[in-house]
Amino acid sequence: MIPQLGQFALILALLMALVQGILPLLGAQWGRRTWMDTAHTAVAGQFLFLLTAWGALTWAFISHDFSLEYVARQSNTALPLLYRISAVWGGHEGSLLLWTLMLAGWSLAVSRFSGGLPPVLTARTLGVLGLVSAGILSFTLFTSSPFTTLFPVPANGRDLNPLLQDPGLAIHPPMLYMGYVGLAVPYAIAMAALIGGRLDAAWARWTRPWATTAWAFLGAGIALGSWWAYYTLGWGGWWFWDPVENASLMPWLVATALIHSLAVTEKRGAFRSWTVLLAILAFALSLLGTFLVRSGVLVSVHAFATDPARGVYILALLLLVTGLSFALYAWRAPQVHGHAAYHAISREGALLANNVLLVVAMAAVLLGTLYPLFMDALGLGKLSVGPPYFDRVFAPLMLPLILLTGMAPLLRWKRSPPGELTRRTWHTLLAALAGGVVLPLAAMGSTTLMVSLGVGLGLWILLTAARDLYTRLARAGGPREALRRLPAGYWGMTLSHLGFALLVMGITLLSTFEQERDVRMAVGDRADLAGYTFQLRDIRPVEGPNWDATEAHVRVLRDGAPVADLYPQRRVYRVQRRPMAEAAFHTRLTRDLFVALGEPMAGDTWALRLHHNPFQVWLWIGTTLIVAGGLVAAADRRYRVFARRTANAQHRGEVS
Amino acid sequence: MRRLLFLLPMTLLLLLGLFLLVGLGLNPRLIPSPLVDRPAPAFTLPALEDPERRVGHTDLQGRVALVNVWASWCTSCRREHRVLSDLARRHDLPLYGINYKDERADALAYLGRFGNPYRWNGHDREGRAGIDWGVYGTPETFVLDADGRIRYKHAGPLTPERVQREILPLVARLRQEDP
Repeated sequence: MIPQLGQFALILALLMALVQGILPLLGAQWGRRTWMDTAHTAVAGQFLFLLTAWGALTWAFISHDFSLEYVARQSNTALPLLYRISAVWGGHEGSLLLWTLMLAGWSLAVSRFSGGLPPVLTARTLGVLGLVSAGILSFTLFTSSPFTTLFPVPANGRDLNPLLQDPGLAIHPPMLYMGYVGLAVPYAIAMAALIGGRLDAAWARWTRPWATTAWAFLGAGIALGSWWAYYTLGWGGWWFWDPVENASLMPWLVATALIHSLAVTEKRGAFRSWTVLLAILAFALSLLGTFLVRSGVLVSVHAFATDPARGVYILALLLLVTGLSFALYAWRAPQVHGHAAYHAISREGALLANNVLLVVAMAAVLLGTLYPLFMDALGLGKLSVGPPYFDRVFAPLMLPLILLTGMAPLLRWKRSPPGELTRRTWHTLLAALAGGVVLPLAAMGSTTLMVSLGVGLGLWILLTAARDLYTRLARAGGPREALRRLPAGYWGMTLSHLGFALLVMGITLLSTFEQERDVRMAVGDRADLAGYTFQLRDIRPVEGPNWDATEAHVRVLRDGAPVADLYPQRRVYRVQRRPMAEAAFHTRLTRDLFVALGEPMAGDTWALRLHHNPFQVWLWIGTTLIVAGGLVAAADRRYRVFARRTANAQHRGEVS
Repeated sequence: MRRLLFLLPMTLLLLLGLFLLVGLGLNPRLIPSPLVDRPAPAFTLPALEDPERRVGHTDLQGRVALVNVWASWCTSCRREHRVLSDLARRHDLPLYGINYKDERADALAYLGRFGNPYRWNGHDREGRAGIDWGVYGTPETFVLDADGRIRYKHAGPLTPERVQREILPLVARLRQEDP
């Protein structure tokens, strides 16, 4: 009964999305206020129905309703409650439902917080969101409904993929989807503005908090995925340039360009048509990511649910959405004239360079990801593009970007006298580069040119941000006063830039100085790595709710003194019989010790993988700061003040 | 001219769409083996059925034959087992097995339960021979000609369609080449 309710709710949600996608757009065109206002009702209705469908599916998982094909495929009676709830988005059908639910949630937020916008723009924005939602919902209903029933009803389910039975992975997809789907909002606002032909500062200011929030969620999703790969896949790596990772990185790079370019459009009125293009591109790449993950055109460790027949539908949707958007862009954007003049050495100039670098980096990732497909499609043979390509292309693009990150906040809008900048910053740069030589030498005992550059440029961001903050604090008259007076946008930017600095330094040191060893050990054996001694003390069986594991007890010693006791496991999940490594690690600010238990070998010995990862935790601290900075910036008061002020102005206008 | 510039994103998108459409029809998992048309890699392994006996690449020459890489822990192997057995029996094809990264007891229990269509099985416990044969994962099936050269490789479980469409015509051709 409840699953049928879910299916019914899904159909109603699609109808609501169609109403939301058609009436307001027509109303805005013909000037009918009542038609435009249906958008708000339709959004609320759509969200409510999707929430119902969501609840129904979750209930089916919790109550082990194996009459649903999707539940039978993804769950099992022995699956713990937490994973029964997260299993809802563990497969293709459920993740689409999550996608649409989040889109409806974002749309609802737009509808609730749109008080300050001209009604026509709101109606068009919600209309575009409705059309996108209708596209994804019809895809869900017609090709991949999670409510398809199964007869005869199996006695038990086939269980959730063991890789997904992990707390990190329970929250990674929702975060990532929040980001992917959130990018639909800046996209929809851009489309609405293009339809109306008005791309002004108000449009940019209205878009900024949405773009920044979506960007923060996307970053959090990527970081969680990386963290999960680090401790579950048992390889000790955290980024593999896998097609699916790239699919999430590309929209993030473009969204990063977008939030910077939006700042210029809002403050100076420049880059308008470029900003619109970025907004469209970011969402198009989100859709492309969905396509790559769901269609199976590329081989990936992530290919959890792939089906070429569905691929055709998503491809059609992708081409329709982006094709129409780019056509509208080609038609409308040439009429938009940016008339803000600026000098090459100015904040605009630096942000333009930042945008170019980020988009080129995205293009490099796109090329590397799709290159095997291009070659195959042209009949030029099968090949794969590995990490060496990405490392070689990505690092040189990042170095100038890091330099700019430190520099841009110091530059003035419009024009900065070149002499002034060098006079004010040469000693900072010199100190940073000297630090880049000294720090790795002190911490790791050696350095290379790339390491010194990476660490030095990271320090450069830290030092310039600290100096800038210091000057502003002095000007504001004390830290407490500054906390009140400096805008949240400034704090957010500074936090994110500091996070970026830590991330850069962490990645540089980690990728150069990480050490690993694959060893074969019997109980009592010792192995040395990076000054630590790993001793295998015990191997014993452990039983979990739906898995059996072998657990090793590894004691880590340094100079004979115990440092940590690690308990890596090798689990075999009872239903799918797939072995899974559950690595154990010990984290300090300057290093991670990581042990993964491998396969049993002859003569009661075991394969173990030992890692010494310097500064690994800096990656997680850095990404956390980047995300936190985005959320702080998005909460800036002036966006709300702006909304209230325009709302009041409108109100007055209507009264008089 | 300026207008053309604004059409650029659209043009790139259409181009990309074309590639993606073609890509949907391709199978990225189809990997041609560099070993095709080369002599089978040399190996000697203890026989699964009798650890004292050694089997190896020299046994593979003289007739068109199949080599199948399998393991008892591999569920897809179970699925292709019947297809493989039928193929060997009906078409009088010698079938040799490489038992990959497996425990002897488990492998023998598997053969006891599902039947043993193999002439012999090499017990590749550490997966060394598997590396030389370029094994990505089990199951994998190789077709060898009478000179002991690899002529075809299939990764993944064999299906009756695949046998009809690719393996049987190839075997017929190879037998003509060298009667």
